[in-house]
Amino acid sequence: MELYKLTAHELHKLLSEKKISSLEITESIYGRIEKLDKNINSYITLAKESALQQARKADKKISAGGKIGPLSGIPVSIKDVISTKNIKTTCGSRMLENYIPIFDATVIEKFKRENTVILGKTNMDEFAMGSSTENSAYGACRNPWDTSTIPGGSSGGSAACVAADLAIMSLGSDTGGSVRQPASMCGVVGLKPTYGRVSRYGLLAFASSLDQIGTFTKDVEDTAILLNIIAGHDPLDSTSVAKEVPDYTKSLKNDAKKLKIGVPKEYFAEGIHQEVKKSIQNAVETFKKLGAEIMEISLPHTEYAVATFYIIAPAEASSNLARYVGVNFGHRTRDKGIGNIVDMYEKTRDEGFGNEVKRRIMLGTYALSSGYYEAYYLKASKVRTLIKKDFDEAFHKCDVILTPVSPTPAFKIGEKISDPLQMYLSDIFTIPINLAGLPAISIPCGFSNKGLPIGLQIIGKPFDEEKILQTAYTFEQNTEFHKKKPKID
Amino acid sequence: MKNIITDKDVEYVAKLSRLKLKEDEKHKFTEQLNNIFKYIEKLNELDISKVEPTSHAIALQNVTRKDIFKPSVSIEDALKNAPDKEQGYFRVPAIIE
Repeated sequence: MELYKLTAHELHKLLSEKKISSLEITESIYGRIEKLDKNINSYITLAKESALQQARKADKKISAGGKIGPLSGIPVSIKDVISTKNIKTTCGSRMLENYIPIFDATVIEKFKRENTVILGKTNMDEFAMGSSTENSAYGACRNPWDTSTIPGGSSGGSAACVAADLAIMSLGSDTGGSVRQPASMCGVVGLKPTYGRVSRYGLLAFASSLDQIGTFTKDVEDTAILLNIIAGHDPLDSTSVAKEVPDYTKSLKNDAKKLKIGVPKEYFAEGIHQEVKKSIQNAVETFKKLGAEIMEISLPHTEYAVATFYIIAPAEASSNLARYVGVNFGHRTRDKGIGNIVDMYEKTRDEGFGNEVKRRIMLGTYALSSGYYEAYYLKASKVRTLIKKDFDEAFHKCDVILTPVSPTPAFKIGEKISDPLQMYLSDIFTIPINLAGLPAISIPCGFSNKGLPIGLQIIGKPFDEEKILQTAYTFEQNTEFHKKKPKID
Repeated sequence: MKNIITDKDVEYVAKLSRLKLKEDEKHKFTEQLNNIFKYIEKLNELDISKVEPTSHAIALQNVTRKDIFKPSVSIEDALKNAPDKEQGYFRVPAIIE
């Protein structure tokens, strides 16, 4: 049996029945990584030794006859922006090439309590800044469906490794679409929970008012299982919300009756690829046939979201990244010619950061600098209010909103890398959700003529992950898109 | 449309950001940042005179915890990733000339 192909819930059943061991699953995946990842480059660091140790520990518990948790012994990968004690955490940057955290992120602690197996750290755009995973200091990641195309970003490595069966599930982070967009382009399920639903403690900060840890899985059931483990209040993250965590697996109901679905006209404007448009329209038709009530809605400030985001996110980033100066941790220049400490800071940052990171630091610094704060940062914060209000009003009428995830399927490696603005615009349908702090999921809903995956975005009310999981599960139960796999062997 | 950002602005912002840029890099960043800021001008189409700003999407109050003594990070751990250290301190180049 090819264990790497299975989902976490399928593997959990086999583990509980003692038909397989965690060690067998883990070894089968490492075998595949060693064979295939040179073509995909989804991992930056493998943690084989500690992973095998964790697998043996899980197996011991199983053979001792104890009841095991749903993710016990399940091999997962972690985006290299989440701190893992004793495992290098680079953030895709030269700046953190040798950085080994002295603590675990809260989500990692939760995994360890479950005896979940951590395979390694996945490739990403440097400091999560990018939409293609080309801005990685460790080489671009490739899309398993067509290795001449990008996997999306910034969590491209996490999406690619789940799509290629190089991990059973993965954790990523989503600031402007960095979970949903790569999930869509790699044909897997990607959830960005409500801001505050999952602790950010140990997530290296990019834009703190927008960042949220999210999930990559092979189906919606696994998303619910994974969210059950990682959700909840954490005293170590003052922005995590003390709200009860429901059992998300109870939302897995194949039922679209009484479901009110809003479809915003602004998300089908010019610029959207015809094949993407067609796939989303087909998905809407599917829900109509399943008895959902479909209504056209309007989110009038959609067209201002990208401009708003590219003030707010870089402004927050310019402050968050000020800590990388070669003093407490990370890279320090080896230049012997430096005179004073400012020289050292400047040289260190010049050597350690890539161009996209420098660009955003300068963009944010400019927007916050004396004389420009009101013209840029304050203005963007006000437009953010308008964008949020659009959603508040829409959710008076409907339960969930359906939209495309990305205006196009995966594009070619190198196609947009020299034109930052074009790259930014590829996140036009995911950015508004972060600005409003809402939960949203991307699920497979079609393929382009060239065979590249297309994703459907389902947006929910704050803390109503249950409704989007139910909607996503219903679609999955009535379609076959999620069953197709890339041919990479 | 006229340029919003000049080479001089980029130089100034790079200095504020503690980034040392090479001459050819500077021109390229100026051009790219100009394109981005020209796009951002779009926000001027909106009347926001009566709109309150949002800094967080979820309403948050100040969060405090009880003032209880707990062990903190050891000096050894804190210095584990330091690029340069000496006798339990981070070592840096001269700050005061």
